[in-house]
Amino acid sequence: MSKIKTPHLHGLWALTNRELKKWYKEPVILILSLIQPILWIGIFGKAMNLANMFQGASISIPGLTIPRQIIDQIGNLVLKETFGTTDYFSFLAVGMLSFIVLFTSMSSGMTIVWDRRLGFLGKLLTTPVPRGSIIISKVLASIIKSLAQATIVLLIGVLLGLRFSFSIAMPAAFLLMYLTLFLLSFGFSSLFLMLALRSTRWETQMAIMNLLNMPLLFSSNSFYPISYMPWWLKPIALANPLTYANAITRWALIGVTPGVSIMVAFAYLVAFAMLFAALGITLSWRFLSL
Amino acid sequence: MSESVIIVNNLTKVYPGGVLAVDHISFEVKEGEIFALLGPNGAGKSTTIGMLTTALRPTEGEAYVGGFSVTREPAKVRSIIGVVPQEFSADEDLTAWENITLIGYLYGLPRDEVKRRAEELLQMVGLYGVKDKKVETFSGGMRRRLEIAMGLINRPRVLFLDEPTLGLDVQTRAAIWEYVLKLKKDYNMTIFLTTHYLEEADSYGDRVAIIDRGRILVIGRPDELKKSVTWDTVEIEVTGPEDTIRKALSGIRQIKEFTFVDGRLVVKVSDGPLAIPQIVNSLSSMGLEVRELSMSRPTLDEVYMHYTGRSMREEFISKEEAFAMRRTLRRARS
Repeated sequence: MSKIKTPHLHGLWALTNRELKKWYKEPVILILSLIQPILWIGIFGKAMNLANMFQGASISIPGLTIPRQIIDQIGNLVLKETFGTTDYFSFLAVGMLSFIVLFTSMSSGMTIVWDRRLGFLGKLLTTPVPRGSIIISKVLASIIKSLAQATIVLLIGVLLGLRFSFSIAMPAAFLLMYLTLFLLSFGFSSLFLMLALRSTRWETQMAIMNLLNMPLLFSSNSFYPISYMPWWLKPIALANPLTYANAITRWALIGVTPGVSIMVAFAYLVAFAMLFAALGITLSWRFLSL
Repeated sequence: MSESVIIVNNLTKVYPGGVLAVDHISFEVKEGEIFALLGPNGAGKSTTIGMLTTALRPTEGEAYVGGFSVTREPAKVRSIIGVVPQEFSADEDLTAWENITLIGYLYGLPRDEVKRRAEELLQMVGLYGVKDKKVETFSGGMRRRLEIAMGLINRPRVLFLDEPTLGLDVQTRAAIWEYVLKLKKDYNMTIFLTTHYLEEADSYGDRVAIIDRGRILVIGRPDELKKSVTWDTVEIEVTGPEDTIRKALSGIRQIKEFTFVDGRLVVKVSDGPLAIPQIVNSLSSMGLEVRELSMSRPTLDEVYMHYTGRSMREEFISKEEAFAMRRTLRRARS
């Protein structure tokens, strides 16, 4: 009697919408998740202001007075050489964009565990909605959340003194930033959803998140450039998708010369996102059950 | 009325770790019937429903719902069934309206149709007035009614109810059953339910299957089951010498045995309503006065005991199950 039309898309949007509703109707969680990156920018970024170490001081060695301008010049050269910019605060603030995307995407796995524990998943599995849609809707919701949170972090960064120095036209720079963060979130959301497919305990999921978040962050160029890392950390950093996301966003927004070509970095992120999305969706067809 | 809408053939589920939850069960459910799967916790009821509703994959065997195979055509099965799970499945953070329309969209129904049906169903279960309230504020009875409404949004041919009244108080249980019977009448649905409440299986089930430790022990109409294994018990208060009473009862065919308990005569008979007049007449004709008489019919518990050798009992259940059940009970009672 009733017409069944495009059930796949219907279910997909309805499920994505559900995840988003749960998110924006609970502003406390939204605000809490923003606190960490804001603390990093606000406290670490401001206190660890490397520019101050190298600038604004004059050094007097007996018999030799180095004028302030020269010290500043040398300082700027060192900073530029190290970070690709003389503005460490902006360097860190842009790095925080991928940080918030990583953390938001990671928590997507938790939603599957909760849906399973609270019985919602059981109900879902008895409806004709394709298994793939269940996962894709969670990935989509996670991406939307990540990008929204990244936008807030960016705005706060600007309020605290982030200065742009666009390498390309401003709209293109922001577009590239969102595209980069989209790919990053796509890959990480799929990865963490995949890890949660059969999980029945949220404690396990929390442990996985805690095990991976800091290592992923510190083995990337989020806080410091790869060139300063010990030899054994470099290959890890070069495999870490965060490194490439930061390279692209820093290049586009604050003009930091990337260590790799932007094309390569972008291609790496596309491959990362595609690989884990494909894996996640394939595995969910096979393994998503009660 | 005669067509089988559910056909189950040697259905078996072995969980990882080797737990045999359902052990080669076979049965058929006819169109328009209320079929009750009765058994204690851990007997395999929920696992059976899980497999029939395609949420769980059978280890062995096959089942057809509405002519579709649950293993080969799960999507088709899902589109013609409605499921009211044992656990509350509605999203607590959303409102009743958001929950029921979400499920409607998952069936691929058009927006207008979803809204029309959601309104009709919420009105039927008496929740339309609170449709914009978050489910977390609902009582157990309200939640269960919402679950039933959600299970009906796709106008299913077969409705699966897994312990529909678990943890609810007596009045709410009666109200839930009123809805279920009304549904059956209005939509001519087939209803497959599991329960461990003997009285519910007895009074609402057209047919009952008793399941224990993963095996179906017997299937039949409740009255048939009771008749087949047990006897009506007639208790009579009568004064007179035992020998005379013995003589009076000796000629009655339906009597299986009789004893004297605390000065009362307790008679086991195969057909109470038929035997009672004969007993009374015979005693009167011997000059004995029957002062009081009562009859009790057997319950399904006696049937259950007959087949399993024990009364329905609480079984050891897994940690996950215990967790889920405690949560359901807690929410049901809140």
